[in-house]
Amino acid sequence: MANADCIVIQGSNMAECHPVGFQWVEEAKARGATVIHVDPRFTRTSAVADKHIPIRAGSDVVLLGALINHVLTAELFFRDYVVAYTNAATLISEDFADTDELGGLFSGFDPETGKYDPASWAYANGEDAQARGGHEHGSGGPVLGHARVERDETLQDPRTVFQVLKRHYARYTPAMVRDACGISEADFGYLARAVTENSGRERTTCFAYAVGWTQHTLGAQFIRAAAILQLLLGNMGRPGGGIMALRGHASIQGSTDIPTLFNLLPGYLAMPVAGTHDTLADYLAVVGPKGQKGFWANADAYTVSLLKAWWGDAATADNDWAYDYLPRLTGPAGTYQTVTAMLDDEVEGYFLLGQNPAVGSANGRQQRLAMAHLKWLVVRDLNMIESATWWKDGPEIASGELKTADIATEVFFLPAASHAEKAGTFTQTQRMLQWRHQAVEPPGECQSELDFFYQLGQRIRERLAGSQDERDRSLLDLTWSYGTGDGDDADPEAVLAEINGYQWAGPDAGQPVSTFNELRADGSTAAGCWIYSGVYAGGVNQAARRVPGGGPGRSQEQWGWAWPANRRILYNRASADPGGNPWSERKRLVWWDAGAGRWTGDDVPDFPPDRAPGARPDPGLGGPAALGGDDPFIMQSDGKGWLFAPKGMLDGPLPTHYEPQESPVANPLYRQQQSPARVIFARADNLSAPSAGTPGADVYPYVFTTYRLTEHHTAGGMSRWLPYLSELQPEMFCEVSRQLAAERGLEPYGWATIISPRAAIEARVLVTDRVKPLVISGRTVHQIGLPYHWGVGGAAVVSGDAANDLLGVTLDPNVQIQESKAGSCDIRPGRRPRGADLQRLVTEYQQRAGATTATDNERVTDPAREGTKEP
Amino acid sequence: MADKREGSSPASRWSPLQWPVVRQVRSGDLLGRGPAVTSARTRALAPRTSTADRVVQSVCPYCAVGCGQRIYVSGERVVQIEGDPDSPVSRGRLCPKGAASEQLVNSPGRQTKVLYRAPHATEWQRLERDTAIDMIADRFIEARRRGWQDRDDEGRRLGRTMGIASLGGATLDNEENYLIKKLFTAAGAVQIENQARI
Repeated sequence: MANADCIVIQGSNMAECHPVGFQWVEEAKARGATVIHVDPRFTRTSAVADKHIPIRAGSDVVLLGALINHVLTAELFFRDYVVAYTNAATLISEDFADTDELGGLFSGFDPETGKYDPASWAYANGEDAQARGGHEHGSGGPVLGHARVERDETLQDPRTVFQVLKRHYARYTPAMVRDACGISEADFGYLARAVTENSGRERTTCFAYAVGWTQHTLGAQFIRAAAILQLLLGNMGRPGGGIMALRGHASIQGSTDIPTLFNLLPGYLAMPVAGTHDTLADYLAVVGPKGQKGFWANADAYTVSLLKAWWGDAATADNDWAYDYLPRLTGPAGTYQTVTAMLDDEVEGYFLLGQNPAVGSANGRQQRLAMAHLKWLVVRDLNMIESATWWKDGPEIASGELKTADIATEVFFLPAASHAEKAGTFTQTQRMLQWRHQAVEPPGECQSELDFFYQLGQRIRERLAGSQDERDRSLLDLTWSYGTGDGDDADPEAVLAEINGYQWAGPDAGQPVSTFNELRADGSTAAGCWIYSGVYAGGVNQAARRVPGGGPGRSQEQWGWAWPANRRILYNRASADPGGNPWSERKRLVWWDAGAGRWTGDDVPDFPPDRAPGARPDPGLGGPAALGGDDPFIMQSDGKGWLFAPKGMLDGPLPTHYEPQESPVANPLYRQQQSPARVIFARADNLSAPSAGTPGADVYPYVFTTYRLTEHHTAGGMSRWLPYLSELQPEMFCEVSRQLAAERGLEPYGWATIISPRAAIEARVLVTDRVKPLVISGRTVHQIGLPYHWGVGGAAVVSGDAANDLLGVTLDPNVQIQESKAGSCDIRPGRRPRGADLQRLVTEYQQRAGATTATDNERVTDPAREGTKEP
Repeated sequence: MADKREGSSPASRWSPLQWPVVRQVRSGDLLGRGPAVTSARTRALAPRTSTADRVVQSVCPYCAVGCGQRIYVSGERVVQIEGDPDSPVSRGRLCPKGAASEQLVNSPGRQTKVLYRAPHATEWQRLERDTAIDMIADRFIEARRRGWQDRDDEGRRLGRTMGIASLGGATLDNEENYLIKKLFTAAGAVQIENQARI
């Protein structure tokens, strides 16, 4: 970011939530970069930006779409980059029909299942690829059966992605931005000038986002929209460009790479799905067909090496490397589906490992009631979090909805080791692994997750030893030996070595591999996470490298280790022009050294090192060998950056604006109000507020959005137990404008009650100029800001009502993330009722609004609905 | 010598050289904000970081910026945590949370004992850690069997259990997440999730 000429921070309050990272924004600014903050609230990020542009929560695709439209119509895109490196020139199937033709839907939508069939979104001449089905829930890369695509590099053919894009965004105009986002045409003009004037050969613009973009029913499409814009402007794979995801936990990147997630295996390999991946051959045909370009074609080597790492000698060619030891999915098994299963008594036991869903997850009441259905609960944490004590001091005990003596759940609380008391790696937000050395032993009975799970695994295996049951083979055959030699503890470096991978057989058996290119599909290598191969190259813990400042090199490559291959900027082949020369001296990073016949530069080149820029191998070769010298996006099945996604997205090939699940605004662009493919939970404990144009919409007239403070961390488990931090931010509050305070009679620093269809909470009132009412399509929309760090319980230094209790559970279908950043509510002065009266208040509002399980849950918006657009 | 004369009873150690103005001039502390006005007690203070037995390089456990930390250990106890100036990510800086992380380790409210709440009980009771892990292993195996699904309605292999779920991982180490995913997957549990989903 320090190398950027313009930085747009949207969907993030970086200065307060990532303060130390923000120094690099300041560095860029000090060197002349323009910094723009687009956010519903004026925050410290806005205060030091060149400009703050307030936006209505959830309307970001309109703004980004209008920028795309502006770039296309004013011909401000980086033509050489776009033609060579993106799929702009690629032709799309004649069957594709866009949202303007279908009232806001793309072709292929099935209202019965609520899902799209993406067949009509395919590339022309791409039929056989589509038949393979495939990519879901963020794993791998979207696949093509082959890499022979039809292109028109003049970009004139009406079926080119370029022309499709132009038509799709034609109605995303500055006037539409004004009416949908509440952003003036002058402010839009400022933003458009800043990003276009700071993009091209000599200059680059960077976008940064956080959960302000992800936590929406179309969150993945927000990021796609930014990716399209950045590709059009030529800002991908170049210094000071890209899109920076500002993640909020120390190793949330790592826990996605090595996923404690239902849909993934390590290294973004998919969890097998019944019916799609029934055999290893089926799996590999879907995850990494050999006919496509790029490195996913080697998925067989990554998969077999993983199976070998897990099941060792029991994984043989004869049993498909123990592929059937992997359990199969039959649909999403995300945390919200699991909570529903708990309420239906289908889950007996639940482990909470440093997460506090009673406070941190959407619709907290549903979370707590679900835990009361468990037979047993294991909470492993540093502190006695609310998720461990809901059975005695949770909000439902106070309201009388639950009685402690009636709750049959057994609860185990096991104290965890802190970051100082164990060694291991975190992967930070730029994919860099950093090893932490252990400073001291954990106190008392505190224990790391590593030692706990190592011991739990040992004891489970001891109990099953000798079992003749087939289903126990996967546990008994598991490689599970990480001992330090002194007792039951595991050696984290031994685990890292397995993650890195090693030669399983041959003369070098046991030797660590140094890159994932050494992995084989013949059972001769084992690797726990192929993208991390190299972190233990040469038997050296590369993540522990700490050369001050990262060494003399520009990419600071001697500090920690970044996956893949210690590469600091992904797709950096794109930092050079098609001929292999830097686009400009000012922005040079990686280039072709014709003399040496290799790519070289200031970073590890993200390209086959000896593939000449002019190379045009037969696409039929498949895999990395098929990559042309001008195919910088080496994980994409055609080597190009995807402006249009012929597959891979479940809710449309192009980002399209839909309103949030509940919204006081009618979609100004299409008849269709909400994203048709969103994941709905139509349950009485998860009602939605009627949206604009339906009766009862005025009962919850305001938009609320949740956020973090500098002094607290997520649901408070690592901050509300610390006296220092609790003193700095002691109390839950809500942030409202002067106008809203006047409208509702809210007293500064007095109490307010905020009511959604899920809950009512109380908060101190902060009246501020930082949240301004926006004029949307001629009417005023008020937004309320709510920090979400507090929870109800007896053990923390500070407690308070939880903002997340207000949230409903409706999800993005691509990634199953809930919509936390835009909801509907009412606000009134005074504290909330106590006891049973609390639920009565919530019910009274629901009844007045006429909210039922049908509210907002129709897939295709009724054309007769008031205020809807003509198709 | 000057050290001994200052700080305690002025009557017994009286000297014109100790007059405040003279002291300011003598010590070069003309504005009287430095050595001229520090007490013996202040001068005797040393930062905890200077007396630590060892310094261990670590990483901040809060957000994903990944700021470098230096952990100062004295008597096998963490006495201070500071930013690591060598880190190219953070250049020695920490935010309020990172700066408070010594208290995360030594928090007065931190739990260090295993606790157990029996069904219907109104309070916690103590449990040995070893016993707790044994009990969890037993329950794990039982829940796994009861929630087991061999095949779906169409006869396709499932080989999984829906009786066990897990949540959390984004605050943990890669090595820990690896063992969690490996063990649960081998056991057939699929409902494994973390903060990246929310």
